[in-house]
Amino acid sequence: MTARPRHLLDFEGWTPERLTALLDNADTMNQVLERPVKKVPALQGLTVCTAFFENSTRTRISFELAARRMSADVVSFAAGNSSVSKGESLRDTIEVLTAYKVDAYIVRHAAAGAAHLVARYSGKPVINAGDGRRAHPTQALLDAYTVRQEFGSLEGKTVAIIGDIRHSRVARSNAELLPKLGAKVVLCGPATLLPADLAALPGVTLTTNPREAVRGAHAVMALRLQSERMSGGYLGSLQEYADVYQVNERLLAGAEAGAIVLHPGPMNRDLEISADTADSPRSRVLKQVENGQAVRMSVLYHLLVGRE
Amino acid sequence: MTLTITNIRRPNSNTLESITLENGLIKGWNLPVEGEIIDGKGGTLAPALIELHAHLREPGQTEKEDLASGLAAAAAGGYGTVVSMPNTSPVVDDPAIVRSLIEKANRLGFARLRPAAALTKGQTGETLAELTFLQEAGAAMFTDDGRTNEDARVLRLGLEYAGSLGMVVSVHAEDASLRADGVMNEGAVSEALGLPGNPAAAEAARVARDIEIVAGLQAQGRPVRLHVQHLSTARTLDLVREAKRRGLPVTCEVCPHHLTLTDEAMRSFDSIYKVAPPLRTQTDAEHLLRGLLDGSVDCIATDHAPHTRAEKERDLLTAPSGIAYIELAFPLMWTRFGDVLGLEHLLDLMTQAPARVMGWPEPSLDVGAPADLTVFDLDTERTVNPAEFKSKAKFTPWAGESLRGWPTLTVVGGAVAYRRE
Repeated sequence: MTARPRHLLDFEGWTPERLTALLDNADTMNQVLERPVKKVPALQGLTVCTAFFENSTRTRISFELAARRMSADVVSFAAGNSSVSKGESLRDTIEVLTAYKVDAYIVRHAAAGAAHLVARYSGKPVINAGDGRRAHPTQALLDAYTVRQEFGSLEGKTVAIIGDIRHSRVARSNAELLPKLGAKVVLCGPATLLPADLAALPGVTLTTNPREAVRGAHAVMALRLQSERMSGGYLGSLQEYADVYQVNERLLAGAEAGAIVLHPGPMNRDLEISADTADSPRSRVLKQVENGQAVRMSVLYHLLVGRE
Repeated sequence: MTLTITNIRRPNSNTLESITLENGLIKGWNLPVEGEIIDGKGGTLAPALIELHAHLREPGQTEKEDLASGLAAAAAGGYGTVVSMPNTSPVVDDPAIVRSLIEKANRLGFARLRPAAALTKGQTGETLAELTFLQEAGAAMFTDDGRTNEDARVLRLGLEYAGSLGMVVSVHAEDASLRADGVMNEGAVSEALGLPGNPAAAEAARVARDIEIVAGLQAQGRPVRLHVQHLSTARTLDLVREAKRRGLPVTCEVCPHHLTLTDEAMRSFDSIYKVAPPLRTQTDAEHLLRGLLDGSVDCIATDHAPHTRAEKERDLLTAPSGIAYIELAFPLMWTRFGDVLGLEHLLDLMTQAPARVMGWPEPSLDVGAPADLTVFDLDTERTVNPAEFKSKAKFTPWAGESLRGWPTLTVVGGAVAYRRE
């Protein structure tokens, strides 16, 4: 195998073998989570900092639980009530935290590339928990894991992602990851929310037609539609959006039999996904949340254990 | 005051000569040596470079740069004259500010300052500034650079008024609504990086609009002059080329950073590369170079835009735009493009050509010409070391690169403005 990547900022430098090993290891972590005592000593003595410059309670809890179940000490930094609101620069914030002997960072930030900057400024392993529109690699890993859990492998599978592709780091990370694991990705949304340049990515096709997008799909992912997209002028109305792009039973009738439904959450029920579908046997939404913890444990293990 | 520079050669000559300067003018070549003597050590003597586009940040933003640091940096870069942009705090829209800047710069004794003044009050693009008074105070041109002229009618009025004064209006040509929140060139790289893109059409559409305004005014027989700043895309250059074919009084400048860097640099997520208009594609950069070669680009300007290190260490969404490199613009151009452009053409693009754009007398090495001169060492390679910059912005995309063509001596008005230690 090639050298182990030091960070998980995106999937650059991550080979299919490495990624597969990481997903395999998540199986082990899922077994840990089934035990009465859900804790292993792998990260004992290490301090992990969740540095969230943008709010996200769910993702932060998932990471913090993952780190704690590995016996790491966890400190959390939230920009809203901190030195950042007093005008401290990203570099100064990270240098201060590093002076406290933090061993690894989990970073969420509104600007693409911020996790890269944290890696540069801290010199410590960094896991990107979402940077602007760019990447959310652990979300893509848990999506891949969930599809793999269902079908045994991603090889030859098709995943359709429907919604606001333009502003979605989840879509970008999946478009980067899934083809590395042998799957095809179809990105679908209204033309105003579907950047044409994404077609340049290997294994990725674009369409504005949701029926075309789901044809042959083994998994269909609905993305959260932010209500700001209305004020941005991207859409005529939310009703029109839901009428055409909502992931619901009618649309899923055109997918592969046995296709599963994914959503990175939080859901706008009856907007991008129908409530029926969200609660249907096809839905893997809660499974994704569950798998997220195991995948994040596996990522922490991969980056932090066995390094000098 | 008399100064003689010995052991210098004219561009593309192998003959060592000497030049004597007196009372701010060139007194003669190869005269008996008199006055202070400086050994040119075999360097190449040329008229000092002219910069049509620099942000010197005074008044009000002197944490980024000030007249002393900016004009010293310019002199170290071989520049004898700098046109400073008026987007300071307060904006240079008041004749008193123009006068005070010129007076202060004259006392400093570095490069000459020719401040640009705002076209509109407060650079809001809404009502014209006192263009007559600003010109009387010494303003070199009018521009709302830093802002875009969204109101086409006001720009048209500004072109009419400035034109009647024989003055150039220069424009930062980007359609602000198309640019929107873009922080880099829109394209495959911006999509891969998930950064909001600024489409090439934002610049081209704005230049097309402005060219049509000029065409309409020219058809009325009005004397107007439009200068397009930091032109960055292939399509915009085609529009300017077409305007020139139509005989319209439109000129443009291109910046070395748009010739030497592309949007690929943004993959580093380093805000040092964030600039407006943004770094474009390799295709654009090659097209701009062809424009230099075929004469459709009028001149080279740097858009020297210093910011503090802390500001440029912010993330890409919040860091300010701008690259500051007036000190290495000539070495960068000479090292990268000296072989394709040739020395005389490159010097023309950075000396006579800017003067032609402004309607100033063309600098020369003739007896009686102003003694604004630079000696270049065209051969010795030196590593770019930002710590040595005279600019307050002691960082650059080209740090660590080996360049040649460094100025060793800059003379402004017959007095030494820079001499390499």
